[in-house]
Amino acid sequence: MSIIDLTCGSGGRNTHQLIVDVILKNLNYPELFNMGDAAYIGNFAFTTDSFVVTPEFFPNCDIGKLAVCGTSNDLTVAGARPEFMSLSLIIPEGYKKENLEKIIKSVRTSADEVNVQVVCGDTKVVDNMSLKSIIINTAGIGKIIKKLNDYNAIEVGDKIIITSDIARHGMAILLARGELQFNGSIESDCCHLYNLFKCLDYNCLNFARDATRGGIAAVLNEISEKCRKGFLLYEEDIVVKNEVKYLCEMLGFDPLTVANEGVSVIIVKRDKVEDVLKLVKKCNYGDNAFIAGEVIERQVVMLKTIYGGLRNVEMPSGLLLPRIC
Amino acid sequence: MKYIDEFRNPSIVNDILTSINKLVIKGRSYKIMEVCGTHTMAIAKYGLRDILPDNIDLVSGPGCPVCVISQGEIDAIFSLLEKEDVILFTYGDLMKTPGSNNESLLTYKAKGVDIRIILSPIDMLKEIENTNKELIFVSIGFETTSPANAILIKEMYKRKIKNFSVFPYNKIMPGIIDVILRDKDLNIDGFICPGHVAAVTGTNLFEPIVKKNRAAVVAGFEIIDILLAIRAIVLQVNNGTFRVENLYKRVVSDNGNSLARQHIDDVFEITSSIWRGVGSVERSGLALKDDFQQYNVLNKFDLIIESIYDKKGCKCGEILMGKKSPYECSLFSKECKPESPIGPCMVSTEGTCAAYYKYMVKSEHY
Amino acid sequence: MCLGIPAKIIKISEGFATVDIGGIEREVSTILLEDEPLIDEYVLVHVGFAISKLSEVDAEETLKFLKEFSDEIY
Repeated sequence: MSIIDLTCGSGGRNTHQLIVDVILKNLNYPELFNMGDAAYIGNFAFTTDSFVVTPEFFPNCDIGKLAVCGTSNDLTVAGARPEFMSLSLIIPEGYKKENLEKIIKSVRTSADEVNVQVVCGDTKVVDNMSLKSIIINTAGIGKIIKKLNDYNAIEVGDKIIITSDIARHGMAILLARGELQFNGSIESDCCHLYNLFKCLDYNCLNFARDATRGGIAAVLNEISEKCRKGFLLYEEDIVVKNEVKYLCEMLGFDPLTVANEGVSVIIVKRDKVEDVLKLVKKCNYGDNAFIAGEVIERQVVMLKTIYGGLRNVEMPSGLLLPRIC
Repeated sequence: MKYIDEFRNPSIVNDILTSINKLVIKGRSYKIMEVCGTHTMAIAKYGLRDILPDNIDLVSGPGCPVCVISQGEIDAIFSLLEKEDVILFTYGDLMKTPGSNNESLLTYKAKGVDIRIILSPIDMLKEIENTNKELIFVSIGFETTSPANAILIKEMYKRKIKNFSVFPYNKIMPGIIDVILRDKDLNIDGFICPGHVAAVTGTNLFEPIVKKNRAAVVAGFEIIDILLAIRAIVLQVNNGTFRVENLYKRVVSDNGNSLARQHIDDVFEITSSIWRGVGSVERSGLALKDDFQQYNVLNKFDLIIESIYDKKGCKCGEILMGKKSPYECSLFSKECKPESPIGPCMVSTEGTCAAYYKYMVKSEHY
Repeated sequence: MCLGIPAKIIKISEGFATVDIGGIEREVSTILLEDEPLIDEYVLVHVGFAISKLSEVDAEETLKFLKEFSDEIY
C-alpha cells in the first residue's frame, strides 16, 4: 500500500500493519514494542491519544468527554490510577467559540469525575480548508497500582470478563452522523473505567485492555498474537442491546468488530471469575458485565455459536462498510 | 423482534438437526449449493457446517453481486475517476474491490475523489440540488436490488436531470443458473434458492433446476429457514422426486412481485454479461433500454470495458460455480486475504472466500 | 445476495413509510409494494425499499409446522 487510506486508522489489520511497517521499524524502543494501552515508566503509566469524531456532540457524550475518558481508560486498564493529563486542541478557523466552550466544560466535568487534572496544553488554529472539525490530542499519566498489560500473566483456562454490553459507541456515532438517514439514537457507552476498576481487588485481575476501535474482535486478536494463546467466546453470553444488534444486522456488521469507549476486557483466574463478576456488576458502568469466554491453548480467536457451531473471530480487516448484501 | 427471533430458537434448531440426522442415508453424500452470498454468510456466521452431519456438503454459488462483476467493469470505474471530477455513489460492498492497478474505491477516496456510500439509491436524489458535478451511480445487484435502481433512473429521467449517469452492472439469475446446470460434471444434489431474489421473480425461476432432477428450495435467511431448506432437500433427494418448494412463504409469494418486475422492465433489458471467473453468460445481465441510454456512463465518457483475464492462480471462477472450495486455492489466506484480496470472492464480505476466511475455524486446511 | 430485514410500519405517507427496526427508524419507499401498506404491518426492507409484506398467516403456519415437528421428535 503506497498511500494511507481510512482502513489504516480503523484499528484493524491495516492499522496494525502500518504501525509495524512504518512506525516500529523506525522507532524500535523496547517499551513501544509492547503496544499496550500505556507505557510503563518507573512507577508510572504514560499514554497518549487523539480524538477525531464527527459530530463532536452525540448522545451521552461529546469529543471533550471522549478525550478525558479515552485517556484515563488507557491508564486504568494498564493498571494505573489516572492523575494528570495534557490537552492539545487543533481548531479549524471559523469554529464556534460557544461549541469550544461546551467541549471544554465537558472536559472539566469528566476530569472531575475521576479527579484527573489537566496540567498542560496547547492550542493551534488551522485554515478551514485543511481541517473541518476540531481535533483533540492528549497525554495522560498515572501511578501504577498493578501492571495489567503483562502478556505473561495470561494462562490457559483463565476466564474473560467483558464489563458492559458491546458495540454501542460505534453505532451511536454512526446514527449521530445521520448519513444513512436513520432516525433514533443510541447512547454511547463512553465512561470512566476507573470508576469501575477502583472497587475491584487488583490481586484478582491478571490482564486488562479497553476494547475501542475494531471492537472486541480487534483487541482479543491483538492480545492473542502477543500472548501466543487463543480465546474461545460463547455467543450465548455476549450482551448486545437489541437496537444495536438489529441495526448491525441491517447494515451487515458484526457487533464484535464495532467500537466501544467504556468497555474493558478483563482476564482473571478461573476460580476467581464469579467473585470478580459479582463485584464488577455492582460497580459503576458494570451492570451489564458478563463472562465472555476463556483462554485456550491454540492461538486463535473463536466463537462457539448459540447452536454449538464454531467460527473464527478474525481481526477486523478495516472499516465497517454498510452492505446491501 | 417479530419474524426474526422466533426463527432463531435454539431448541427448534436442535429438533431440525435431529430430524436431518435421522433422514440422511449413511454412505450417501448430499451436495447442496447455496446460490446466494447472504446465505453463505449466514451459514458461516451460525457455524452451520460444524453442526450438520458429515455427509452434507454445503458449497457456495455465484450469488455475490460484487464478486461477479468483471475486472474490466471495475477498471472502467477507476479510469473514469482518473480523468473526470465526478461524485460517485456506491453501495458499501464495492469499496474494497481491487482493480487491475491494485487500487480500490477506498484508495481513490484517500486521494481526494468524492465517493459517497449510500444505503438506498434514492438517497442520491437529495444531492441533485447541491452540485453541478456529474453524479454517478454504480448500479449493481441482482433481481432484488434492480427494481430500486430502476426507480432511481426513472426518477432522474422524470426530473430531466442531465448531470447523472450509471454504470449498468446489474446481474440476473436465469443465465447463470443455466450455466451451472449445463455443466457436464454437475454433481450438486440440491439448491438453497435465494429468498429475496424469489420475492421479486417468483419461484418459477428455479424450475430449470428440478427439470434436471435436482432439488430446489426457496429459503429465508434465519438459521431455522436454512435448516428447513436443507431438510427439504434431503427429503427430495431421498424420495427422488424433485419440485420447487417455497419455505419462505412469509416473504415470498409464488408469483413474486410483478410491480417490482415491471420497474425492471421499464428501464432495463436482458443482455449477456461477463461474470468474473466464468466469462460471458447469456441472459445474465441488465442493459439500459434506449430511452435511458443517455445515462450510460460508458457512452457518455467514452469508457471501454476491457476483457481482462483473472489473476493467475486465482480459483474464484471454479469457487463461484461450486466446483472448488476456498481451501483448494493455493492463494487462499496466504496472498489473498480480506485486506489484500486477489480474487473477487475475497472482496465482498459475503464472497465465499471472505466468508470462509472470516468465520471458518482454522483447521488442517490452512 | 441481498440483505433484507423485517421492519414494522409505524407511519405512512405518500409513497413512503416510516419503519421501526428494533427502536431505530428509517423512511423507506413503499412504491414497490403491490398492496397498500398498513400501520403495524411488517415489510421486508432492502436498499431502502419495502419489497414485500411479511405474511403473518404464513409465518404462523411455519411455526405451527415446527411445533408439530418438535412434538413428533419427542
